[in-house]
Amino acid sequence: MEKDFLKVEDLFVEYTSEGSTVHAVNGMSVSLEKGKTLGVVGETGAGKTTLAKSIMRILPDVGAFIRGGKISLEGQDLLELKEEEMIKIRGRKISMIFQDPMTALNPTMTVGKQIAEVIEAHNNFSKEETRKRAESMLEMVGIPAERYDEYPHQFSGGMKQRIVIAIALACDPELLIADESTTALDVTIQAQVLDMIRGLRDQFQTSLIMITHDLGIIAEMSDYVAVTYAGQFIEYGSLEQIYDHPTHPYTVGLFGSIPHLHEDVRRLTPVEGLMPDPTNLPQGCKFNPRCKFACERCRQEKPQMVDIGGGHLCRCLRVHELEELRNGID
Amino acid sequence: MALIEVKELKTYFKVARGTVHAVDGVTFKIEEGKTMGVVGESGCGKTTLGRTIIHLEESTDGQIFYDGKDITRLRRKELNDYRDKLQIIFQDPYSSLNPRKTVEDTIQEALYLSKRFDKSQLAGEVTKLMNMVGIDQRLRLSYPHELDGGRRQRVVIARTLAMHPKFIVCDEPVSALDVSIQAQVLNLLQDLQEELGLTYMFITHDLSVVRHISDDICVMYLGQLVETSPSKELFKHPYHPYTEALLSSIPSTDIHHKRERILLKGEITSPIDPEPGCRFAARCPYATEACKQPQKLEEVEPNHFVSCCRIHEIRGI
Repeated sequence: MEKDFLKVEDLFVEYTSEGSTVHAVNGMSVSLEKGKTLGVVGETGAGKTTLAKSIMRILPDVGAFIRGGKISLEGQDLLELKEEEMIKIRGRKISMIFQDPMTALNPTMTVGKQIAEVIEAHNNFSKEETRKRAESMLEMVGIPAERYDEYPHQFSGGMKQRIVIAIALACDPELLIADESTTALDVTIQAQVLDMIRGLRDQFQTSLIMITHDLGIIAEMSDYVAVTYAGQFIEYGSLEQIYDHPTHPYTVGLFGSIPHLHEDVRRLTPVEGLMPDPTNLPQGCKFNPRCKFACERCRQEKPQMVDIGGGHLCRCLRVHELEELRNGID
Repeated sequence: MALIEVKELKTYFKVARGTVHAVDGVTFKIEEGKTMGVVGESGCGKTTLGRTIIHLEESTDGQIFYDGKDITRLRRKELNDYRDKLQIIFQDPYSSLNPRKTVEDTIQEALYLSKRFDKSQLAGEVTKLMNMVGIDQRLRLSYPHELDGGRRQRVVIARTLAMHPKFIVCDEPVSALDVSIQAQVLNLLQDLQEELGLTYMFITHDLSVVRHISDDICVMYLGQLVETSPSKELFKHPYHPYTEALLSSIPSTDIHHKRERILLKGEITSPIDPEPGCRFAARCPYATEACKQPQKLEEVEPNHFVSCCRIHEIRGI
């Protein structure tokens, strides 16, 4: 059971707007053990946030549809639960840290009260006890308890993000989803916040899903990595498997897009072209229009995830020819 | 010879609570055809510095030279001769394009204003510029909302090039773009620099991008230059305690060599009426009494300048 703490199976999510259908998530499957971190990396529109919102069951009521699949937490199918049951899970078992602390906090409520609110919702403590716990959460994220009665605008960006984290962690969730949670912060503050998340994760054995476009953050935080493209995972493996042997042409292009800190390249080698239109995804492999190795088969057939050794999965029809093809080009 | 040189440049803003020292005594040179990267965190004054150099903000004190000529206090009419040569690319291609103008109109307007061509030549020049920045001709009549972020930024670049600039301030030009698009635009900027001999001042908070694109780097903290050196040298020997902490904070993709991270305490202090001493002292692990005195930029190695009175002691140089 350990391995299946969280299990997402063949998830499909669509949005409809103005008569067209956006295929946001197209068959994502992944599982996560307790206390481990999954890094989900991909560009805008890859379906990362939709995956997170599906797990939290906070997709918009209107216009968003889960078309298929299962999401189970410790064997319990979250998609089958009634909203009242989900409320008990949200915040308690699964929590999410959103990207923008400016919009995640209520500007008219003191920060202490916002943390206490979560504790009240899931426990039956006395007023004093609730406040004491909320204060200790503030201290845990490095904010003096005396600032309990201050409002969000009295804090800096980094501190606000730490308050958002304190809210997410207030009930010791077993699964924490961090969606681009440090993207809006400066690097030195980002380093502080990542360090804190890492410390708390190790202390409480929390499972973590780290969603970001930053390959550096993924490298520092994750045990496993899932590379996302057009609503699918196109490569999955342990951190070492993905970073030492990136295999899918998209993953290779993603690594080629970022300048390295210790290597000199005169030109970057990004994937050419643009992300496909999610209302009109290509036939066959979704990456084929941008792939330099695409052949007729790639335009017709949908590739499945193939195990290329030790649980390293890659969604490419030509996966076994790739090495040869790459040597041919160089 | 240096194309751009600033000496003791200061830009202050008056606000209700006092004076914001946005840029406070910055001195550096940019050689023709080279790229100067300017890094620092939000509020360090890097954008104000760029805007001041090209006269979008008025400087409070100090001097700005273009090609050896002092252009600090030019009158409006004289300034117009320099406007074409000094251009800027903003961070957000969404808000820097007129939503009611097509790609063609946007580029054509700039060409027309540059007064370098007859009316009859304009259409042809638009085609040339579009090819140069890699926008397909079929998008000629598209509006900004019909383009993705990468293409919009290409339109902005084409419009900038239409003025036939010599010096371009690139203010976070790729920060709003996805990584693969970001790399495409960075490659384009490098190609254009080679082809046209452009000089860039590249402002960003992304340190791996700045290392990749710059010949020299300035590190700013609260309006002041704390360190400047050739790009590779800076990453090899980050002497200033702030630079050291900043570089160590970058999440690295190298999973086999874990670096030691220097976690700074606290956050950036206020730029309103700052104390005379080192502005980083409040967060600096090496700070002592001596740091309360004003700091001077000192050449510690050839072309490597650091503004820290304790630098010899703490680095053994």
